[in-house]
Amino acid sequence: MITLSPKHIFKVPVEAECISPDVFAEKSTKEIAMLQIWEGNRKRTIGDFFKIKHGTDSSSEEITIRISGDVGKVRRIGAGMSIGEIIIDGDIGMHLGEEMEGGIITVAGNAGSWVGSMMKNGTIEVKGNAGDYVGAAYRGSTRGMGGGTVIVHGNAGNEVGCFMRGGLIKVYGSVGEFVGIHMRKGTIFVQGNSEGRAGAEMTGGKIVVCGWVPSIVPTFTIDSIRPKVKINEETITGPFYMFFGDLAEDGNGRLYVSQTQNPHLAFYEKYL
Amino acid sequence: MDLAIRNGRIVERVDEKKAEVIDASGMLVMPGGVDIHCHIAGAEVNSGRLLRPEDHFRDVEVKTAVTRSGVGYSIPSTFTTGYRYARMGYTTVMNPSMPPLEARHTHEELDDTPMVDKATYPLLGDWWFVLEHLRDGQIEECAAHVAWMMSATKGYAIKIVNPGGLEAWGFGRNVKNLDDSVPYFNVTPREIVRGLCKVNKLLNMPHTIHVHTNNLGKPGNYITALETMKCVEDLAEGKRPVIHITHCQFCAFKGSDWQTMSSGAEEIAKYVNHHDHVTLDMGQVIFTDTTTMTADGPFQYGLYNLTGNKWVNHDVETETSSGIVPFRYKRKSAVHATQWSIGLELALLIKDPWKIYMTTDHPNGGPFTAYPNIIAWLMSRVARKKTLGKISKRARRKSLLPSIDRELSFYEIAVVTRAGQAKALNLTQKGHLGVGADADIAVYGINPEQIDPSKKYKTVRRAFRRAAYTIKDGEIVVKNGQIVKSVFGKTFWVDVKTSLPMEVNDDLKQKFREYWTVEYENYPIPDRFLHFPAPIPVKAEV
Repeated sequence: MITLSPKHIFKVPVEAECISPDVFAEKSTKEIAMLQIWEGNRKRTIGDFFKIKHGTDSSSEEITIRISGDVGKVRRIGAGMSIGEIIIDGDIGMHLGEEMEGGIITVAGNAGSWVGSMMKNGTIEVKGNAGDYVGAAYRGSTRGMGGGTVIVHGNAGNEVGCFMRGGLIKVYGSVGEFVGIHMRKGTIFVQGNSEGRAGAEMTGGKIVVCGWVPSIVPTFTIDSIRPKVKINEETITGPFYMFFGDLAEDGNGRLYVSQTQNPHLAFYEKYL
Repeated sequence: MDLAIRNGRIVERVDEKKAEVIDASGMLVMPGGVDIHCHIAGAEVNSGRLLRPEDHFRDVEVKTAVTRSGVGYSIPSTFTTGYRYARMGYTTVMNPSMPPLEARHTHEELDDTPMVDKATYPLLGDWWFVLEHLRDGQIEECAAHVAWMMSATKGYAIKIVNPGGLEAWGFGRNVKNLDDSVPYFNVTPREIVRGLCKVNKLLNMPHTIHVHTNNLGKPGNYITALETMKCVEDLAEGKRPVIHITHCQFCAFKGSDWQTMSSGAEEIAKYVNHHDHVTLDMGQVIFTDTTTMTADGPFQYGLYNLTGNKWVNHDVETETSSGIVPFRYKRKSAVHATQWSIGLELALLIKDPWKIYMTTDHPNGGPFTAYPNIIAWLMSRVARKKTLGKISKRARRKSLLPSIDRELSFYEIAVVTRAGQAKALNLTQKGHLGVGADADIAVYGINPEQIDPSKKYKTVRRAFRRAAYTIKDGEIVVKNGQIVKSVFGKTFWVDVKTSLPMEVNDDLKQKFREYWTVEYENYPIPDRFLHFPAPIPVKAEV
């Protein structure tokens, strides 16, 4: 295990895509300390910011990076990683696990926006809250998360799973607006409430909201009431209203919304 | 053979003891590349940049001691555009399709595009006054007006995009053939093309009319392309071309719909091989993710319907329209692969390299950085065969490429990438290494006498990607593919001298007041606006 502890509090954003098991593999402590990161517009090295402790010898397959301390201003940790594990004891900044291809990231605190954006595989687990754009596409792009799993135990922000093309996002708390916007494929599960406009412009995939939603986007049509819904191997018992949409995009996405939590949606039942 | 350079020109000889000497023995030396058609500046390019942050994200250039940083793959920022051209040994770049209203913006961006000389073509094919003059048969008045427009917008050639169609698009319509009437103007595309061709001759413009045909990007449109070429056949005098059909690949589709779409390159090549009044450029398609942008609003709307992608469409007041749609050309798509094949078929089936030039219609067919790949395809059957093996089966079955043995020589490559283009543009100091030419020189690290480009196409491709030296106006600007000096090129524009004074009548002023958002007084670009202007005086016959 390689442990990184911040030497001091970060004042400006730091871009540190080199903090990744793929990069650290087979490097000595000295070599790791020389890896370049950006602090604002200044070139720095990892050694300038972190104390590095190299644990017992580790092969590249099992390499684990532990970050102890507050790295809420450090971005792009684990970008493009494909192996190993990153454990973060505190908060973490934006773009965690961007374009990740494998491995595991665990965050004990909160994560910034863009967790797992464009990720292809692997697992990210956030024990606290996550920001906006979990598993989203880069701005302007239509290639969001394509595979893998993101689990958020707290709340997540707006536009969770924007342009998602595969994989699974689980949020045990509540989500902001536009969960699953532009979604093409994959699954989003929300244990808590949604602030609304769930699934806008989605053309495929599945969104499950177990909590309260203010309303359904008018371009969705009710299909049926389902007693339960399956998320991979797991079965969630409802009952759920099931909607198809977004018809404005000629979409065929499925939106499941809890019946018991949303009595104000009962008027949809007359269209069944 | 030695080349001597003094004061930015190629001269007979210099004093070798005092001169800096570059040893280019065993290397390929060519004039600096000339690109006749690539969208690098202006309102639509900039809207494309705004539309596509994901394009920037993928391709980042880091600042060095001499270069600025920049971003963009299919629509790079202005400085990056200049650097990338210079690295490939290009020194002159023509920006087509400038809406006259956006001339100021276009020139501001061109002024910020380093390393290359440039010019831009104003869009005049759907300009209200042109349409009105042509409707009334007033060719000379039209010529005087175009002369004023050239000086007002600091333009270089008459660009015609989907003649008549753009005006019709303002009313949600399009024109379907050369004899379809333009709504409210009662003028046909044939009259516009012929009229402006006559105007071009009256004004003695250096370049011919630069035409993007009607029905672009629609199956069966090779007939429209042929008709457009035929419609000015009688206006030709001697061997001088009178029309340039740009990005011809996009208007060489056969078939009645996308299912039956196939190549019309053979028919177009046959016509061009028998006629001297026409020049073409390829508009080659590259299998990549790019951004399409043309002034052809209806065509872009069609592309949006096809892809469902994000898009921009715009009506530029009384002048033209425009549209932008991001697009991905896929090897496995029969249509895209056929398009790829058509571009190469055109370049290989047209026997005279002085009639067809290499472009990708950057960024419509792909970014200009793919030129080395096209050179490899043109020079090597093996390279073509390799790509053919990867494309859609349906497209492969229909492609004419397997039956074409021709492989271009280095001499022919020099023609299609610089000499031919310079000749078509009548840039007499570009595209050759004779005494008196501008000292724009590209040196590539391959020995043309020893290498067999047919087999070693990868080496050729690599060499064309990174010039060993690029010399711009007598200064070494690129060494081993690295920018060593940042310089600014000139902006050419045609200063037409008419015998009739180009006075603007009250009628025009009144119309500016009524129809434009810009007042007549603010419309023309003053000479001092350009950072490095290079007016080309031309004496007109009116």
